[in-house]
Amino acid sequence: MANLNLYSRSDKRFVLINMFLIAIFTISTMYPFIYIASLSLSSGFAARAGQVVLTPIDTTIEAYKYILSQRMFWVSYGNTFFYTIFGTITSLLFLIPGAYALSRPQLYGRRFFNLMVAFTMWFNAGLIPFFLNMRDLGLLDSYIGILIGFAVNGFNLILLRNFFEGVPSSFEEAARMDGANDFQVLWKVYMPLAKPAIATVALFCLVSRWNGFFWAMVLLRDEEKIPLQVYLRHTIATLSNDDEFGATLIDAPYSVETVSAAIIVCSIIPVLIVYPFIQKYFEKGIMLGGVKE
Amino acid sequence: MSSGPDIEETQTLQIPTRGRMERLVDHMKKDWQLYVLLLPTLIWLLVFLYKPMYGLQIAFKDYSIFRGVAASPWIGFEHFETLFNSEGFMRALRNTIAISFWSLLIGFPMPIFLALMFNEILHRKFKSTAQTIVYLPHFISSVIIAGIVITAFSPGAGIVNTVMGWFGLDPIYFLTKPEWFRPIFIGTTIWQEAGFQSIVFLAAIAGVSPTLYESAVVDGASRWQMMWKITIPSILPTIIIMLIIRIGNMLEVSFEMIILLYQPSTYETADVVNTFIYRQGLQNGQYDFAAAAGLFNAVVAFVLVIGANTIAKRFSRTSLW
Repeated sequence: MANLNLYSRSDKRFVLINMFLIAIFTISTMYPFIYIASLSLSSGFAARAGQVVLTPIDTTIEAYKYILSQRMFWVSYGNTFFYTIFGTITSLLFLIPGAYALSRPQLYGRRFFNLMVAFTMWFNAGLIPFFLNMRDLGLLDSYIGILIGFAVNGFNLILLRNFFEGVPSSFEEAARMDGANDFQVLWKVYMPLAKPAIATVALFCLVSRWNGFFWAMVLLRDEEKIPLQVYLRHTIATLSNDDEFGATLIDAPYSVETVSAAIIVCSIIPVLIVYPFIQKYFEKGIMLGGVKE
Repeated sequence: MSSGPDIEETQTLQIPTRGRMERLVDHMKKDWQLYVLLLPTLIWLLVFLYKPMYGLQIAFKDYSIFRGVAASPWIGFEHFETLFNSEGFMRALRNTIAISFWSLLIGFPMPIFLALMFNEILHRKFKSTAQTIVYLPHFISSVIIAGIVITAFSPGAGIVNTVMGWFGLDPIYFLTKPEWFRPIFIGTTIWQEAGFQSIVFLAAIAGVSPTLYESAVVDGASRWQMMWKITIPSILPTIIIMLIIRIGNMLEVSFEMIILLYQPSTYETADVVNTFIYRQGLQNGQYDFAAAAGLFNAVVAFVLVIGANTIAKRFSRTSLW
């Protein structure tokens, strides 16, 4: 199929124009990241003067030195790792058993429970009642609040449930013959079979935890508990408004722009590392989750 | 076509009229392990999603933190009257509709074009590399995307103003200009999501029967003709369903990104219902008033989503199977 000679001349033109357009779109997706990476490696002076276009100008790692010397950077980075890893584990501890139970035809009231899940995807109480509820539960400014408060998500629950539903019932029947109870059927039969679906959901959780910003900003007051995204936001906002910081920068080898760019790079790198795994699973995940209700 | 609705009907008719409690107890005895597995998720849903729905009543109350949700006095529709008489809320409503409308108009066709174009690429390595890259921004946090936008559009150092300088244009401080907010916001979300959203359409294209193309090739059709006569008509149901779902989610403007990009000088074009709620409720502490705005938003969204789902389901039943 890949042989261009198989196609007529107009086809060749069509294929080439098409490749060209895709190349443009791909480059325009990639360019902002390259720009930011180059900015983070440029001197403060070149960045302020707007000289950075594609490659670093007056290459220096001063912006990284500055960022890596900030205690809050490490604290927030550590917090993000904590929220990401334990948040994902918390989610799976709720989602896997819940989705399995919801997928069993013998569960009495199954229709009602599934409707209960689906309803949360259609109707949401909104920001204020959720916030007040978290406050009433004493979960403001708490690690536990962040871990538990966002553990379950209707989409992930339904995705996993759909997968469990798709497993042929003969697997369960065979295990039952051997005297397995529900816990054992889940643990020994369904968990191993559902590895790809669980991996998909785990990756969705990892990404949304790593990127989580809004509720962390709203719920956490104590600086020692904030995740990287909130720190990043603070830094970009205060750096660009803080004249005092600006004044100290006149002679500095870094600038507001290079420092912001450096934090952005530091926060993207872990996503890039897990991205190949994400990509392997998410297409499947989308299709599994596509059948809602 | 025939099996789907039948199953649903028999299940709804099955509701036992007598001895429901006893039956429940029997089932609980037999399948207690399943209920144990379900319990954490069930409690979570009740505590974190359904309890706030109970808390929504503060939209009709003069809520005081000290009295709590239940003990605060009822005041009827007072907050809603204030809401609809407030210029701030009406502006947020108009902005929400305008931003969703333009996002839909420009943003909806993009992933379809992308999917069609990806489908025409024969070079496998080129295709997979391009796909890997265009899916990536979906997985990057809005804080980072906003950070990139703020940097790129900044007046002194930003690349956009640098390039404008090459053509002799005066620098513009884009993010303080109300007229620039929507183009920048909509452009950013399309840049971030179009690639990822193309997956659904690519999957639909993958489902088109290859024999259609084979016979078209025998008839001497060009790739352009095949795209128009085979691919597009085949994925039309998917396109229509996605469009309906998208319209159903009209009110869901990604407000997190707006919070990160807007500032007081751009509120007039940027402030949407959710950012209005955020400021009034979480920043100014007017919980009851903001909850009323949230309830209005949620009810409209609910009607839209249910309407869209019903239409999409009816449509998919008649046209796909």
